[in-house]
Amino acid sequence: MYDVIIIGAGVIGTAVARELSRYQCSILVLEKGEDVCAGTSKANSALVHAGFDAKPGSMKAKYNVQGSMMMEELCGKLDVPYEKNGALVLAFSGEEKETLELLKKQGEENGVMDMVILEKEQLREKEPAISEEAEAALYAPSAASVCPFLLTIALAENANENGTEFWFEKEVTHIQKRQEGYEVKVSSYGNSGKQESYLGRNIINCAGLYSDKLHNMVSKKSFEIIPVKGEYCLLDKNEGTAVSSTLFRVPGKMGKGVLVTRTVHGNILLGPTAESISDKEETATSGEGLKKVLTDTKHTVPGLNTGMVITSFAGLRAHERNGDFIIGEAEDAPGFFDAVGIESPGLSAAPAIGAALARMAAGKNNYRKKEVFREERKGITAFASLSPEEKEAIVKEKPAYGNMVCRCEMITEGEILEAIHRPLGAKSLDGLKRRVRTGMGRCQGGFCTPKLVEILERELDISKLRITKTGGNSRLLTDEK
Amino acid sequence: MIEKKELTCIKCPRGCGILVETEQGRIISVSGNQCKNGKEYAEKEATNPTRVLTTTVKVLFGTEKVVAVKSKDEIPKEKLLPAMEQIKEVQVEAPVILGETILEDLCGTGIPLVAAACVARKKLP
Amino acid sequence: MLQYDLVIIGGGPAGLAAADSAREMGIKSILILERDNKLGGILNQCIHTGFGLHTFQEELTGPEYAARYIDKIQEKEIEYKVSAMVIDITRDKRVKVMEKGAGLITIQAKAIILAMGCRERPRGALNIPGYRPAGIYSAGTAQYFVNIEGAMPGKEIVILGSGDIGLIMARRLTLEGADVKCVAEIMPKSGGLKRNIVQCLEDFGIPLKLSHTVTYIHGKDRIEGVTLSKVDENLEPVPGTEEFIPCDTLLLSVGLIPENELSKKLELPMDDKTKGPVVTKEMETMLSGVFACGNVVHVHDLVDNVSKEAKKAGISAARYILEEKI
Repeated sequence: MYDVIIIGAGVIGTAVARELSRYQCSILVLEKGEDVCAGTSKANSALVHAGFDAKPGSMKAKYNVQGSMMMEELCGKLDVPYEKNGALVLAFSGEEKETLELLKKQGEENGVMDMVILEKEQLREKEPAISEEAEAALYAPSAASVCPFLLTIALAENANENGTEFWFEKEVTHIQKRQEGYEVKVSSYGNSGKQESYLGRNIINCAGLYSDKLHNMVSKKSFEIIPVKGEYCLLDKNEGTAVSSTLFRVPGKMGKGVLVTRTVHGNILLGPTAESISDKEETATSGEGLKKVLTDTKHTVPGLNTGMVITSFAGLRAHERNGDFIIGEAEDAPGFFDAVGIESPGLSAAPAIGAALARMAAGKNNYRKKEVFREERKGITAFASLSPEEKEAIVKEKPAYGNMVCRCEMITEGEILEAIHRPLGAKSLDGLKRRVRTGMGRCQGGFCTPKLVEILERELDISKLRITKTGGNSRLLTDEK
Repeated sequence: MIEKKELTCIKCPRGCGILVETEQGRIISVSGNQCKNGKEYAEKEATNPTRVLTTTVKVLFGTEKVVAVKSKDEIPKEKLLPAMEQIKEVQVEAPVILGETILEDLCGTGIPLVAAACVARKKLP
Repeated sequence: MLQYDLVIIGGGPAGLAAADSAREMGIKSILILERDNKLGGILNQCIHTGFGLHTFQEELTGPEYAARYIDKIQEKEIEYKVSAMVIDITRDKRVKVMEKGAGLITIQAKAIILAMGCRERPRGALNIPGYRPAGIYSAGTAQYFVNIEGAMPGKEIVILGSGDIGLIMARRLTLEGADVKCVAEIMPKSGGLKRNIVQCLEDFGIPLKLSHTVTYIHGKDRIEGVTLSKVDENLEPVPGTEEFIPCDTLLLSVGLIPENELSKKLELPMDDKTKGPVVTKEMETMLSGVFACGNVVHVHDLVDNVSKEAKKAGISAARYILEEKI
């Protein structure tokens, strides 16, 4: 029997786990995927929104602004790349200019600091690549970019270091109220669907797209998640200097529109589209979607070389039909806590949601704080970011850093070994990619894939035929001589 | 009856189009080729097409997992897949020297399979 | 800091031939830097025949062709480092190398020959709609798996793009027992050599679907199939021509581009057409004393031509060094 079972190891589940691991309680995280950050957390705009979008008084507004304020410090403690590059909302007409004023007012009501309206000249001075047609912009300097993979991984590692257990490839199929707490039934991958069950005094539902399903298993007050698909294109780093801030258009009916942003790793990211769909697994891109992303962003930044796309992908937002975050204990299911409907600005809000849910669960159960909580975590040393002297030193100390595996992103075997052997380490190609960016460069894994397979085979001591792209049935090879 | 066959020469990257006329399996004329090799190829291709087979063989105790091999000469085209079946069963022990015979006779053609690369023996740690 | 008269970056066919000819010209101090763990470059995985007809008047496999040059390098005792990746290069010809087991080394050269070869265009450049499952490889990556690792990427294969590597992999995978469903080419004509269409596709009855492209990728974990569509004269898919082809592997053979990382670091003027650095007839780049040859300059069809060009670059670099001495 665990004190708390957290379902879902996305950015919300891991943020809750880390915060809760400050307390004296036993915590288990169950995750359907083979790694953390496998669902809605992995494919989004990688932004820390300032918080002017959400309606004042909404949960989204509250947690976004709080989370955004906590993010920089959190990223500092967890050694996660964070860049406060600011956001601009561009107005292309007089009417849109009026909307900027409304947005600014709304932002101020939400508690967003330091917003200003930039006129055409100031705007062009700030971002010379922006379309001539942009008349003005709302500038929010507190907006930032963060790496969602590394943030989620860091939260999970830190929670794990503080005693949280993680189980992967465990898909929750049933939750039942018991005399004390809940019984959570899971089917685990590779165990031919055999059912296992775990007991938890409290449950925290951070299951993203499936958070409605889990909630509805124990509560009569039902929720409904409607997946909203967003398609993206990522450009080569050569295009990375085109813009420095995140560029939004004045929002329309279907969300914030297609944006242009620079990731913390220096790639330009374009997207997302917004399309309500019915299948919660349909992360497929479409011809029309990708075309829309490229045409719309060309309108914002006409000089953008959209021929430099290195990859495209689609993510699903977990939109609850009433449009707001649902955070807290379910009315008719004591000890069952929800984080439901966490769509954008969910990544921005994650630190605040994590802290709030942990506080609620700890408060209800009177958990006491641990005497020792290790709140800092060190990331994997990125060889490419070191000075020549540091490079020399690390190669001397750890010779594996002297073996370059990924040519595009200059990633060494040393980093790959660390990614595999850390707590909750990488088990697949995507696991490595998310930790050390192998295959994220312009060749998209063309050169390094065979080498990575070889290293995974050796370090995990399994046949290369069992190495996957991202767990489950995503095997890379079918036969061997 | 005279049969006409249009072929593309594979002897060099030029890829000449060649017309071969045969009568009861006998070559009557070859045209379109730009060199001697083309004529030879076309004559063979029209009567008994042959190819060099290249593949790999598993290596034991080597610094590499497999070694490139080839048929020392061309073998009949229809023997390519049967030869692969035969080669599938073969393993060699390192060291392997370029040119060394791996199999004496590929599928009864009398043509040997030879190594097309060297593989050193792995040093024991 | 190490000092060499000539540093050659890349130990593939271009680098080897350049080193050989520079030594013939009397240059003693030469160093070849190869990032892989052995010399030979891409030839090591090109186990098919078709190399050397011009250079050696016989038809060799890739490893055999490489071996001829490696033998020359060894006979002439030309120095080389393997598992040595150049991580920085400056316009005053200082090269920073990371060598496995040795760490970071800085080398000052009098002249440099760039011979880094080329790379494949990845899927991103195509932006194919659909899922992103396992089982999608560039043809060269699949070739590495099959010919170097002895591992098969899949059993039912669709190949997009009829470049030579794609054609050669169609035959290679068929020989290894896979079912190659078709090779699709968006253009009305194949970009591969005619001989490869004959001996790689026609020999095995593999259909070549011209004016066709993949318009959707199916399958969430491992690829389960592709939608193939006919394209019109503007290369746009024609609605109504979609055909589902089940497969567990999609190989992309959609072209090669010169490896430009170091050329860019040197701020060399680039040629829009060849996608490599601008070079003179003598294979000198726009930076005096820096030469380039082989696929790093422009993508060649034939290795024999790479060797020929590299020989020229070796001679030019040698002249540059010798003149400098006087």
